[in-house]
Amino acid sequence: MSTTVTRSTTAVSRTAALARAEVTLLVRNRTALFTALALPPAMIGVAKTSLDRSGATAKTGLSQGELLLTGGVVMVLTLVVYTTLVAAYVSRREELVLKRLRTGEVRDAEILGATAVPAAAIAVVQIALLVALGAALWGGRLPQRPGLMLAGVVLGTVMTAALAAATAAVTRTVESAQVTALPLILVALVGSGVAVPLEVFPDGVAQVLRALPLTPVADLVRGGWVGGMGAGEALRALGTALAWTVLSVFAVRRWFRWEPRG
Amino acid sequence: MTETAISTSGLWRRYGPAGDAGFDAVRGLDLEVREGELFALLGTNGAGKTSTLEVLEGLARATRGTVRVLGKDPYTDRGAVRPRIGIMLQEGGFPSDLTAEETARMWAGCTSAARPVGEALETVGLAGRAGVRVKQLSGGERRRLDLALAVLGRPQVLFLDEPTTGMDAEARRATWEVVRGLLAQGTTVLLTTHYLEEAEALADRLAIMHEGRIAVAGTPREVTAQRPSRIRFRLPEGTARWQLPAELGARGDGHDVRVATHDLQGTLTGLLLWAREHDVRLGGLDARTASLEEAFLEIAGGGPHHGTATARDTAAHDTATHDTAAHDTAEVAAR
Repeated sequence: MSTTVTRSTTAVSRTAALARAEVTLLVRNRTALFTALALPPAMIGVAKTSLDRSGATAKTGLSQGELLLTGGVVMVLTLVVYTTLVAAYVSRREELVLKRLRTGEVRDAEILGATAVPAAAIAVVQIALLVALGAALWGGRLPQRPGLMLAGVVLGTVMTAALAAATAAVTRTVESAQVTALPLILVALVGSGVAVPLEVFPDGVAQVLRALPLTPVADLVRGGWVGGMGAGEALRALGTALAWTVLSVFAVRRWFRWEPRG
Repeated sequence: MTETAISTSGLWRRYGPAGDAGFDAVRGLDLEVREGELFALLGTNGAGKTSTLEVLEGLARATRGTVRVLGKDPYTDRGAVRPRIGIMLQEGGFPSDLTAEETARMWAGCTSAARPVGEALETVGLAGRAGVRVKQLSGGERRRLDLALAVLGRPQVLFLDEPTTGMDAEARRATWEVVRGLLAQGTTVLLTTHYLEEAEALADRLAIMHEGRIAVAGTPREVTAQRPSRIRFRLPEGTARWQLPAELGARGDGHDVRVATHDLQGTLTGLLLWAREHDVRLGGLDARTASLEEAFLEIAGGGPHHGTATARDTAAHDTATHDTAAHDTAEVAAR
């Protein structure tokens, strides 16, 4: 019998050890790293062209910089956090890494959380760059209500990570992740007012689009950035974002698979 | 002082729904593993070994019955049990782009009172391969890395699910030495294996599982002692089986004769005296004491080709099929 228990692990120390390994893996995976780093700026460039053509700045009364920035945040969450993580969860599961990790002291949430750390970190850095870029290039203001913006980014990150795990549950291989991840990417890019402002759509359609997962995130980021968001509007966006986050976490707890289908 | 490290009583594990659509992999298992011993769980594929192990490890919930590991329920009290046990799965994976050392360091960060990573790799003979990425390790080396992680936290109870599968004979012996070292330090080990030689070499006690139940259990000596010894020979032309002494209880086809006995020396003496008296030449005479293999095959209910093999057979097979096996051998020999 051991008489003393020394150096017990904690949730933080375990997550940190796993996250460190995940960072190493991301640095060694050139394709994933390139997607995470280069794709969002490229997509924002494309969005700029589409905004120029649609005359959205006239319809929404927002500056082009402001539109690009709020859209950019959603793009970063979708392309960096969501897309990277669907592939990461699937490949860790198929390599039996998740199964092996679950035999240790690490808890399930810590495993999934640590896997998300590198992607989330890259996303946060890119969003910070977007904010700085907006202030410098397009005469944008610094965020008017940083708390609201932060809430949008945090909820958006947790939500997209959980949605990635939920998507991984219905994805058999890393290759098929490119297909299974597509619906949410399309919904996020078309439906959240990023590439096309919701004001352009008919009222009924716009109502439906407002209920989609990333629309409230985009609203919170825009409201926090530009200001002028009413209390009711802000609460509604927070409520919708929170509901989607809780729902996606529940879906993961209920349906996530830790080992390949037999 | 002998205490119980692992115990189950009336353990059932069911896959799928009630009725014919489901399957009971474990059917009322009673098991007791004492502190400090090595207990081997044997059985053919599908006997329920891994299903049992997964419940003991706290990876799956028992459908019915109670399970205690170090006095606690490994599933509901996972947080208290896990820091004191080590697990090596039959099939576990590591990220292919991490090195052996990075993998061990990651695991150490998730393990209470972990020993130094270098020391753990040294123990399993992987110190020289620390900087090599997992995807470049051979199958046998990956199993040794897996073992290094399982023992990283100096566990009181160690679960090894077919730890030497995929290793060549030399690496297997080296692994046995690691396990013996742990036993000497008082670790309790529960091991499953396909290699009966492995169980005979390591186990203090063992159980043979069949169709979700324990068919026989005890020390290797006890288990084999329950089985009869066997004599085989071939009678020459012109001599029939009925001419043999009746007390032999001989069976067989045509001139091939089999005798089962619990008194090998006495029966054999009787047979040989009869043969000299009648001037009969016994062809291909073969007498052997009951072995674990015989007990195993009798319980599994099949012939020698029924899904299992001795370590000798499979070691030769491994060397032929794994191109990395020769490399493994050189590695271990170099130590």
